[in-house]
Amino acid sequence: METTSVIGTKNKKGQVYTDPRVMMNEAPRTPSFFTGSEVIKEAVRRASVDVMIAYPITPQSEAAALIGELFAEGYIGDYFRGESEFAVMSECAGAAFGGARVFTTTAGPGTMRAMENFPMWAGARLPIQCIVTCRGINSPLSIQPDTIEISYLMQTGMLVWHAETAQDFYDWIMKGYMVSEEPDVHLPLALCCDGFFVTHTKDVVNLTPADMCLPPYDPYRSPVPCMDMECPPVRMMRDPFVMKSNYISYATHASWQQEVWAAIERSRKHTIAWMDGLIETENADADVLIVSSGTAVSQGREAIRLLADEGIRVGLVKIKTLRPWPGEEIREATKNAKYIIVPEFNVVGWMAREIKASIPNSDRVIAGPHVCGGMTMPPEIIVEQIKHALGIRSAALAGRGS
Amino acid sequence: MIKKRINIRMSGLGGQGAVTGAHVMAMAASKDGRFAISNPFFGAEKRMAPAESYCRIGIERIYDRGELVFPDVIEVYHPQVITMGKSYTMPFYSGIKEGGVVIINSDVPLLGDEDIQRLKDLNVAVFYIKGTQIALEVAGTELSTNMTMIGSAAGITKCVSLNGLDLALQERFGKKFVASGGTATLDEAIKKKFAKKEMLLQKNFATMKVAYELGAEWAEKNNVELQVAAMAA
Repeated sequence: METTSVIGTKNKKGQVYTDPRVMMNEAPRTPSFFTGSEVIKEAVRRASVDVMIAYPITPQSEAAALIGELFAEGYIGDYFRGESEFAVMSECAGAAFGGARVFTTTAGPGTMRAMENFPMWAGARLPIQCIVTCRGINSPLSIQPDTIEISYLMQTGMLVWHAETAQDFYDWIMKGYMVSEEPDVHLPLALCCDGFFVTHTKDVVNLTPADMCLPPYDPYRSPVPCMDMECPPVRMMRDPFVMKSNYISYATHASWQQEVWAAIERSRKHTIAWMDGLIETENADADVLIVSSGTAVSQGREAIRLLADEGIRVGLVKIKTLRPWPGEEIREATKNAKYIIVPEFNVVGWMAREIKASIPNSDRVIAGPHVCGGMTMPPEIIVEQIKHALGIRSAALAGRGS
Repeated sequence: MIKKRINIRMSGLGGQGAVTGAHVMAMAASKDGRFAISNPFFGAEKRMAPAESYCRIGIERIYDRGELVFPDVIEVYHPQVITMGKSYTMPFYSGIKEGGVVIINSDVPLLGDEDIQRLKDLNVAVFYIKGTQIALEVAGTELSTNMTMIGSAAGITKCVSLNGLDLALQERFGKKFVASGGTATLDEAIKKKFAKKEMLLQKNFATMKVAYELGAEWAEKNNVELQVAAMAA
């Protein structure tokens, strides 16, 4: 039988379309010392992206500019700048409706300005990937990391993943397309990181070979017809049911919104296979566990070292995906913990709320420490929070010289 | 004091190359086979406004990110960091660890009696370097001031080798580098100061080396023993 597979053939840049599992799990890796922004560029170089739409906002501007370089080199099908973040996300929808693999990046106020489009993407089942390099959103102005925008994204029907390091970012950009383009998922992905801590930090990242790339997006694997004016999702926008009959509208929403959230749940099995689980644990049998996502995990790892030096054993649960929410995994990992410390880079503590809603005896959850507006979280303040919980006296941090 | 990790906070003014300084230093440590990460922190980029960058170097994987609240080494790239309070923290040495080192780019002493006493109480050694003057003399441009700051920190603490610094310099300036518009403009500015790219690399490395030797000599004379442990074989 004649095969139509592109695997093993070359694209116009001479990259070989490679089986994603071979590329991600078996291909040799080269350590490189890069900023997170450079890493985004390198992942996109290998992701067979058809369309990238850019709009500048710190801290994602560098990544967006670097992908412009990729376009100049011929690695991206099309690249242009939108008029605002709202326009960018609308244009992304158009490109995805047209059957393209779409990539974009945004941050903080840009995420908020574009917000109307995110539930629309999810409802329209468009597997667009949007990098969110979190930054503060409220007044006074901040360009530095604050994760509050993630809590809004979590209600949109998108997949939401939270990368801890540039290595996570590199792997998850490519794995993200593989998960979100599955026919039984087919949803947009908000791939988040804490701005600056990942985007502007130079770190060692192991890259796959530059001459291998993902197979292109196949729009015929979409569970909804492309641009069919009589069927969802286009039918719902062109000629909304609400114009005809509220009853039909309610009935459609009742099924369609549940279907979007069911698709998020169906992404679990693919995500678990690609990412080796939705959470990662370390010393999970300890009485005290630090549970969080993103840079808060990194700071937690340092706090664990500092406490180990004092003979206090603390464990860690790193949450990789927020949608799907790994409730069962967290329940299991924390079942013996006496104290669950949830450090967060935002003032509201949305992560602690999610965890409390998932586990029995939620008074074990200690929401904090919290920093916000771009402030750094030194590991020492996590140490202090843990010692406070354990009733151990610790020296005041302010002004201390060691 | 031999440490598992040295944390360096570089306080400068926008345009001086503090961000590049931290990146070059971390790249050098990575070339040397140590673990390192670097990251900048700045407001909306403005020439002469406070800008800080951080470089962490150690013998085990580094997770810590963000502003360095408790540094071992503080580098002051410009006298205004101290004289005009153009620093993210007040005083500029807030949080410095006991036994730490402060490196100040200035022709004249800048610390008052109270600051001198407080640093002495913490056993912190202070090294003044005429960084801008050295940059002008050796490289012919004040834009190479950051090389003297990196070089002196390396000379004092040996946290990176001269060979590592040379390799890092080649990687940073030897090929096309895309960052923000402001950084690209500054890269162009420094490239115009030199007839050829090789000359840029050579002169900047020479500047770094002068500062390295000054730092090493001072550390030896004053028994400053802040160093990072060697990597296990």
